[in-house]
Amino acid sequence: MLTKKVKSRILFIILVFLFSLLAFFFIIKSLNKNILYFSSPTEIKQKEDIPFGKAMRVGGMVKKGSIKINQKNIQFIVTDFENEILISYAGTVPNLFAEEKGVVAEGKLSDKNFFIADRILAKHDENYMPPEIKEIIKKNVK
Amino acid sequence: MLSNIGISLVILILILSFLIIYTASLDLKISGQAIKKNIYKLSLFQTTFTVLSFFTLIIGFINSDFSLINVYENSHTTKPFFYKIAGTWGNHEGSLLLWVNILVIFSYLFLVFSHTHEKKFRLYTVIFQNILILGFLIFLLLNSNPFNSIYPIPHEGLGLNPILQDPALAIHPPLLYVGFVGCSIYFSAAMASLLSNYGGKSFAQSIKNWVKISWCFQTLGIIVGSIWAYYELGWGGFWFWDPVENASLLPWFAITALMHSLIVLEKRNTLYYWVIILCLSTFILSVIGTFLVRSGILNSVHTFASDPSRGIYILIFLSLMIFSALIIFFSKHKKENYSFNLKSKETFILANNWFMAFFLVTVLIGMLYPIFLDVLTNEKISVGPPFFNIVIIPLVVPFMVLMAIGPKFSWIKSQKKIFNKILLLALGAIIINLLIIYLFGKYSLLSNLIFITAIFLILHSFLDIKKFISKKNKTELPRIISHLGFGLLVFFIGINHQFSLEEDFNLKVGEIKKINNYKINFEEIKTKESKNYKAIIGNFKLTNLEKNLVQYLNPEIRVYSDPETLTYEAAIKTKITSDLYLTMSNVSRSDYYNIKFQKKPFMIWIWISALMIAVGGFIRLTLKKNED
Repeated sequence: MLTKKVKSRILFIILVFLFSLLAFFFIIKSLNKNILYFSSPTEIKQKEDIPFGKAMRVGGMVKKGSIKINQKNIQFIVTDFENEILISYAGTVPNLFAEEKGVVAEGKLSDKNFFIADRILAKHDENYMPPEIKEIIKKNVK
Repeated sequence: MLSNIGISLVILILILSFLIIYTASLDLKISGQAIKKNIYKLSLFQTTFTVLSFFTLIIGFINSDFSLINVYENSHTTKPFFYKIAGTWGNHEGSLLLWVNILVIFSYLFLVFSHTHEKKFRLYTVIFQNILILGFLIFLLLNSNPFNSIYPIPHEGLGLNPILQDPALAIHPPLLYVGFVGCSIYFSAAMASLLSNYGGKSFAQSIKNWVKISWCFQTLGIIVGSIWAYYELGWGGFWFWDPVENASLLPWFAITALMHSLIVLEKRNTLYYWVIILCLSTFILSVIGTFLVRSGILNSVHTFASDPSRGIYILIFLSLMIFSALIIFFSKHKKENYSFNLKSKETFILANNWFMAFFLVTVLIGMLYPIFLDVLTNEKISVGPPFFNIVIIPLVVPFMVLMAIGPKFSWIKSQKKIFNKILLLALGAIIINLLIIYLFGKYSLLSNLIFITAIFLILHSFLDIKKFISKKNKTELPRIISHLGFGLLVFFIGINHQFSLEEDFNLKVGEIKKINNYKINFEEIKTKESKNYKAIIGNFKLTNLEKNLVQYLNPEIRVYSDPETLTYEAAIKTKITSDLYLTMSNVSRSDYYNIKFQKKPFMIWIWISALMIAVGGFIRLTLKKNED
């Protein structure tokens, strides 16, 4: 027969175990909901199952002469030297945002050619190139 | 010239490290209480040389001695004097030398101040600390030597990244380093304690002050970094769940848990192995953070140019550290009997530790998951701030309740009846929360819970202050201030989050924009020339239509020449009730300027309450032994 002390200890261990399981499940679940996938314009064109209306990231180079601006927002074209996508953004652009520079935009796809960004990622080093974009350039520019 | 002096000094420190380890291990075999005078002397020499080597580098920076690659790459003759000095630790190599400095200085100070403790324990601590010193010195010499020379000598340096030329950021690294590298001493002490069987109360007393020091500096360092991000980065926020911020939070969670459980070890002589685990993991997490940031695996606002070879060395060193820590821990681990009464202070401190562990695991998963997925599936993802907010914020609710009532319990078993008081204060919190809703507007269920529990914690702390004033029991004061600070911090962040006004738009000079009851008139731009940058200053006339109040805001765009970089200086008007925040940036080949306008209520109070948390820690440091 188990003593009262042992019983309460077993109960305690089971509770701790259940709680950590629950916590872990909770973490993983919200993690899956909040992942942002990164795609290049080409990947957006090619992929069949690209989700519209779900937050994601798009990156590439800002096309030369493509930046247009009015009182509400900025529009520009991002290219990976194969395909292009138009991005619209209302907000402050980071200081290194310029034509022919790498850029990563976070937001939602409205259709395969149009992306509405709610964040343009900042980086504070003029030599910096987001690793995702480095890869794109390595692939497409020889 | 300086290069030779610097390298000689570093090699001297290296040799002294070997000598200390050698003489200390000889001394281990001799019984008795006193440590040989030799070891003190060697350690003092080591400290002197280390500090000298750091001053050598500072002199290099002050004199703009471009024969050093490090100075050439990170400094410039036109840089203001203050930032020449700050440039010393504003780069990877220099900051590594600062890192070694702290390791060595803490090693010596520990030796001097631990004389009441057992000889074997102290010797082992010094040995482990010197192994750490050796590891980082070899890294410094082989891979990141700040004294490497360059020939022919360049005439002009490349300059320090302008966003680092800021007072907050000049003191931010030293603060964080004392905090993070300071953890090394109780990493060593924990290993020594396992090896010399010197555990329990006396072990707790030996590391107590070191834990407090590094906790205070870590807290302060994180706050200063956040303040800097607020006014310098121009994103309009103060916490972004950026990988670097997360890297600094990991050891902070561990050390905060350690601070609390150490009290249990000291007063009740239990939880010894748990305290050891926390001691070990705090420093290991600090090194992991450094590894992730410096190796370039994680991208963020920090611009230590990444270099994979750095990553590999730190990774090897880190694995050795973890591996040896695990081996020693499990070979010495004995069963420990925990029997806590539910209604005791110990139980609540343990609960604090569980929460800290949960926060730590959450941030760690959010940080590492993208790396794993990239390695395994080559899929590029990032984990957004919503993840951290969703997982962590709900848990803050029960955390604050326990934080409020935990300290009311006494050790072993509490007899006091506190139920009525809790009910009364909870009721008070709910009423205040309803008042806020009534006055300012509604918010979600979760926000309601956050506000209620934060106010609950604040009210509890106020009662404690009242009690403190009548009783003058000094030991309680630091805890009250830190807990009150935390409650206020959550409360003000909540208010700030709920009632901020934020607008992004584009304006040409001369245009007017209306937002709610504010009218923003972009009147003109001026230019200004300063020593090392040119600035475009916008003149914005801000009219509060409700109160008919006119204010001028002057954000700047600074063009630094060496290296050529743009920075945006936010114009911030701080008042007791709210901050007005305005940044402007230009868009290439266009007359439009990008404007971000924010009204952030109680911003200053967020800083004040965060500082209160740190101040509590500093007050605890000043308490005398018998008062603590």
